[in-house]
Amino acid sequence: MPSSLSNLRALGAAIILLFAFAYPAAAQLSFRPTAEAVQEDQLLNALQRGDKITGRITIPDTRASSLIQPAGRDWRDFQRSRLPIIGGVAIIGMVALLAIFLMVRGRIRVDHGFSGAKILRFAGFERFIHWLTASCFIVLALSGLNISFGRILILPLFGPEVFATMSVYAKFAHNYLAFPFMLGLVIMFLIWIKDNIPGKLDLEWIKQGGGILSAGKHPPAKRFNAGQKGIFWIVIIGGALMSVSGWFLIFPYLAATVTVLQFWTVIHAVIAMLFIAAMLAHIYIGSIGMEGAFDAMGTGEVDLNWAKEHHSLWVEEEQAKAHGPSDSTPRAVPAE
Amino acid sequence: MARVKFLCDADRCIECNACVTACKNEHEVPWGINRRRVVTINDGKPGERSVSMACMHCTDAPCAAVCPVSCFYTTADGVVLHSKDLCIGCGYCFYACPFGAPQYPKVGNFGSRGKMDKCTYCAGGPEADSTPAEYAKYGANRLAEGKLPICAEMCSTKSLLAGDGAIIAQIYKERVMKRGYGSGMWGWTTAYSDSPTG
Repeated sequence: MPSSLSNLRALGAAIILLFAFAYPAAAQLSFRPTAEAVQEDQLLNALQRGDKITGRITIPDTRASSLIQPAGRDWRDFQRSRLPIIGGVAIIGMVALLAIFLMVRGRIRVDHGFSGAKILRFAGFERFIHWLTASCFIVLALSGLNISFGRILILPLFGPEVFATMSVYAKFAHNYLAFPFMLGLVIMFLIWIKDNIPGKLDLEWIKQGGGILSAGKHPPAKRFNAGQKGIFWIVIIGGALMSVSGWFLIFPYLAATVTVLQFWTVIHAVIAMLFIAAMLAHIYIGSIGMEGAFDAMGTGEVDLNWAKEHHSLWVEEEQAKAHGPSDSTPRAVPAE
Repeated sequence: MARVKFLCDADRCIECNACVTACKNEHEVPWGINRRRVVTINDGKPGERSVSMACMHCTDAPCAAVCPVSCFYTTADGVVLHSKDLCIGCGYCFYACPFGAPQYPKVGNFGSRGKMDKCTYCAGGPEADSTPAEYAKYGANRLAEGKLPICAEMCSTKSLLAGDGAIIAQIYKERVMKRGYGSGMWGWTTAYSDSPTG
């Protein structure tokens, strides 16, 4: 069978030819799937700070597509090393400052003594909103501090079971009271914004240190002096930042990635520490720090002499309103 | 005692997801939670690699460091476990974990987080070994029975290795030497670099 043998030979030659031509082409197109595979250390080195290695997954949970996010360790270091310093300096520092201030300056008295006459400073609704926000703030602050520092400060006192039970209720309180707190913020903003626009008087007030450093000196002020305006804006801006960041944390399934959540937890924690420190000063000056000040948010009516000393222009306005020819009501009306 | 670890040899992983399925089945993991998952890097491109990832049971575990109620503990084998009785579902371990291991069943009206669930290295939890209470919360305790984690034990290509960290690292290095390539010990730098001894 010579013909079939030659056919076979021809086929063999053709195959050899095919390989001879095809091989260089294949070599040009080829990649080496093993040697050129992705390398973990290359991916890690190429990562930007806070970035992560991600890929494709076949399960519905899209967050599972993140393979490695080394930023988690930075977040751990922030929680463990930096936050206690920020919180400690802000809060313990403020308590120390206030204690020193109380020792040096003492309680700020009404220079002319109580007159016995009262003037309405905050109406019932204003006081209600203030205390709604304030009581929520206190619970939010304590439960928040418990999350940050309870493990170090409180857990050793009560043991893990009691502390965990306490903390879970604190978490519920934190989550739910956030909503009345935010409502209070919005209403306070609306009812007090018009009296809190910074003006020229505030510069003078700040120049004189608010007159709180020495007795008998009282820079003129309208309804709110520069210090109170400062507190107002701290509450509004700080509260807004706490609300926005908290919104992300309370609804973790709102498409937020772990990187976004890490960012907002840091904002939430740092602003919280500064916020708490500022509120300690507010609580101090509104209670033990200044005689007659608490009445403004207590009964709502302050002593006329206190009002004249701290809010001279506001008293004049109120009295002009009360005794104005067109005004039929004889008593002072609250400035809304 | 050995310091146990996971090691995924990505050059052997064929993305069959059997480890994912076996884990879910072994522990009756809650709906919506995957203690282990397979992530494909550079999918569809030359040199793509799939990596099976779960909790890496880190040295100086970030989850344990940030937990506000200190519900984590590390066993003598180096397994990072947690107590669901103490967990308050705050999410801190999720923020800190480099591997996305902690997950939470959605509970409550706002879809807030329930008790955290993650890979236990098939080692259960703080309850007594192999009790129904332990199984209900954490799943099977294979380590107490002298077995390795199910995901690694049934891996068809022996890509996923579990066991003494020193031994599985040695096995991997021998493989790389023999075949001449390796895409790396995925997650090891991030999980164990905080301690030179691992």
